[in-house]
Amino acid sequence: MSNPPAAVPAGHEALPSIPIDLWINTFLFGALPYIALAVMIIGSIFRYDREPYTWRAGSSQLLRRKQLMWGSNMFHIGILFLFMGHFVGLLTPHSIYKHFISAEAKQLVAIYAGSVAGLICFAGLVLLMHRRFFDARIRRNSAFADNAILVILFVQLLLGLATVPFSLAHHDAEVMLRLSAWAQGIFTFEPGVGRYVAGLDWPYQAHLVLGMLIFLLLPFTRLVHIFSAPVRYIWRGGYQIVRSRKDLRHG
Amino acid sequence: MKIRAQIGKVLNLDKCIGCHTCSVTCKNVWTSREGMEYAWFNNVETKPGIGYPKDWENQKRWKGGWERVPGGSIRPRMGGKWRVLAKIFANPDLPEIDDYYEPFTFDYAHLQQAGESKAFPTARARSLISGKRMEKIEWGPNWEEILGGEFSKRSEDYNFEGVQKEIYGQFENTFMMYLPRLCEHCLNPTCVAACPSGAIYKREEDGIVLIDQEACRGWRMCVSGCPYKKIYYNWKSGKSEKCTFCYPRIEAGQPTVCSETCVGRIRYLGVMLYDADRIEEAASAENVEDLYQAQLDIFLDPNDPEVIEQARKDGVPEAWLEAARHSPVWKMAMEWKVAFPLHPEYRTLPMVWYVPPLSPINAAANAGQISVNNNMPDIRSLRIPLKYLANLLTAGDEEPIAVCLERMLAMRGYMRAKSIDGVHNESIATDVGLTGAQIEEMYKIMALADYEDRFVIPTGHREDAEDMFEERGSCGFSFGNGCSGGSSKTNLFATQTRKKLQTPTEVL
Repeated sequence: MSNPPAAVPAGHEALPSIPIDLWINTFLFGALPYIALAVMIIGSIFRYDREPYTWRAGSSQLLRRKQLMWGSNMFHIGILFLFMGHFVGLLTPHSIYKHFISAEAKQLVAIYAGSVAGLICFAGLVLLMHRRFFDARIRRNSAFADNAILVILFVQLLLGLATVPFSLAHHDAEVMLRLSAWAQGIFTFEPGVGRYVAGLDWPYQAHLVLGMLIFLLLPFTRLVHIFSAPVRYIWRGGYQIVRSRKDLRHG
Repeated sequence: MKIRAQIGKVLNLDKCIGCHTCSVTCKNVWTSREGMEYAWFNNVETKPGIGYPKDWENQKRWKGGWERVPGGSIRPRMGGKWRVLAKIFANPDLPEIDDYYEPFTFDYAHLQQAGESKAFPTARARSLISGKRMEKIEWGPNWEEILGGEFSKRSEDYNFEGVQKEIYGQFENTFMMYLPRLCEHCLNPTCVAACPSGAIYKREEDGIVLIDQEACRGWRMCVSGCPYKKIYYNWKSGKSEKCTFCYPRIEAGQPTVCSETCVGRIRYLGVMLYDADRIEEAASAENVEDLYQAQLDIFLDPNDPEVIEQARKDGVPEAWLEAARHSPVWKMAMEWKVAFPLHPEYRTLPMVWYVPPLSPINAAANAGQISVNNNMPDIRSLRIPLKYLANLLTAGDEEPIAVCLERMLAMRGYMRAKSIDGVHNESIATDVGLTGAQIEEMYKIMALADYEDRFVIPTGHREDAEDMFEERGSCGFSFGNGCSGGSSKTNLFATQTRKKLQTPTEVL
């Protein structure tokens, strides 16, 4: 007589298998944001605390002025505008801005203003990349991370611009609302937040993933200078700074 | 009144022989590192010349120093705070490294490794930045040494303003002088004002201006702000660096390396007391010609009992007050009026001052057309035009320079009469507004220049500073991260994965 099969304890029944696309969606849009943000925050704090000497903008203007005046200005102005646009556009809840602007109008503003800023940024980036890869001085004195982050930013910008035709193809703001819901869901710890962006056209999804990758890489590149934007300078009292050793006195 | 003390400096250009010992010893101690090869915290220029970096005195071009705005206040010439921040992505007022010079080395190894050939092997130049061969070296830190190069280029020198300069291009009328330069450790530094990170500061105890290497973010505004171009951007570390006035030595009562090693004994270090509350007022003087006097006016007499009392209240240590009373800087700048600030018109109130040089009498005077007063040649017959020196040291006002040169000539005449003819001629001294006793002291300090007369440096008060017990076992001075030296190969972050610049050698 054979023993009957052992009964599976309650609650341990085999769960239905997870479809692979749901798994990928959950990882990329549910888990990766937190991984990227955690690495960015902890890594930046660690670097700031442990390696303050490496925390700098890393300007190469001294070595070559050519192409930097136009390139750097256009790039930075463009990307700052884009960053602010993404920040405000994605994270402002619909319930707040609907009093000022309809979602459809907001999408149009985002498309056109974003495209202009994107093109300015594109021109700047092209100049900066040409300078970095083809100028012997700069090329010689560029770390792998300097080169890599430049290329990654360029690809990210191209992906961002690639979403424009897709956005123009529809006039309801559904995609924009889904993207906002996703971004806000990340910060409100909403379970299953990846479902908002499931099934979006590939440029949107690729743009999101690469964007998170940039957050993740930030502490390991010169991008840390973003955190040191010296806005405090404006409010600094007067011009002069005097430090006294007495401030360091023990006890 | 808020009294602060500063270690000031005077360079007696009359005795500078242009040997560059100061520059070389400074370089060996402070800047012989990758990223700083091009930087000379101390350099010696031959004047007239456009200097290092090129044309540094032309503030229309580089926008260094301060400017007075119609309201009567001053702001950095490169612009107010918003304007400075607007330049942060790309700074239009920043020199390129070629304005200093492209640092290079030579393929020395080729001399040892070259195969047998008909011609001698040579060590050719190679860029330390790009690693590429440099077929021709176009510029260096001292390209105009002893009037090198064409007069037409050298005469771009800003100090020729208001001078009929053409005749000085002729061999018979030419003139030259040396100008050793270092950070001026100004009372009103524009580098500090222009630093968006607030990383540059002036030390209250001794006035030394330093850059906090951990707070510097490399926005490179200080390079533009400094009208003397004495802040250098380290292209390797991405941080700015500057002359530290050898503060570890100063704190120990020792002179700076450049002063210690000066062969001509032209450098003087001493304490100056000044009224910190009047800095802005002095720097805002309406006419640039008044800035020299305005700066003199905020220096305080260390023998005045009221000053001493206030200084004690403001925490100036007793040893510093004692040193101030013996300060050679005070004597030259204030008592004898023979030392002057370099380019006071920049409104930074610099604290490294200069005694202008005497020069041989010019060709016309040599030909007999010389006016002599009390056996002394008219200072206007000296080769170096008064106006040139005035443009350098008093914003164009010739009178103080003339008085100074007369006094230096008088010192020679007086001592010559005394030691050769055995005559004590007090009238030589009184003619230039001094006494015989003063001239003898001038002679002791400026001509004999004994070590203890040149350097009157009180030690820093470490008991006022950190608890040194907590510093035990630490690694002292280092670049950045404690003992790691910032050069650890195992660094997690990108900067250090950069390859060390190698200079490949061509093997034939």
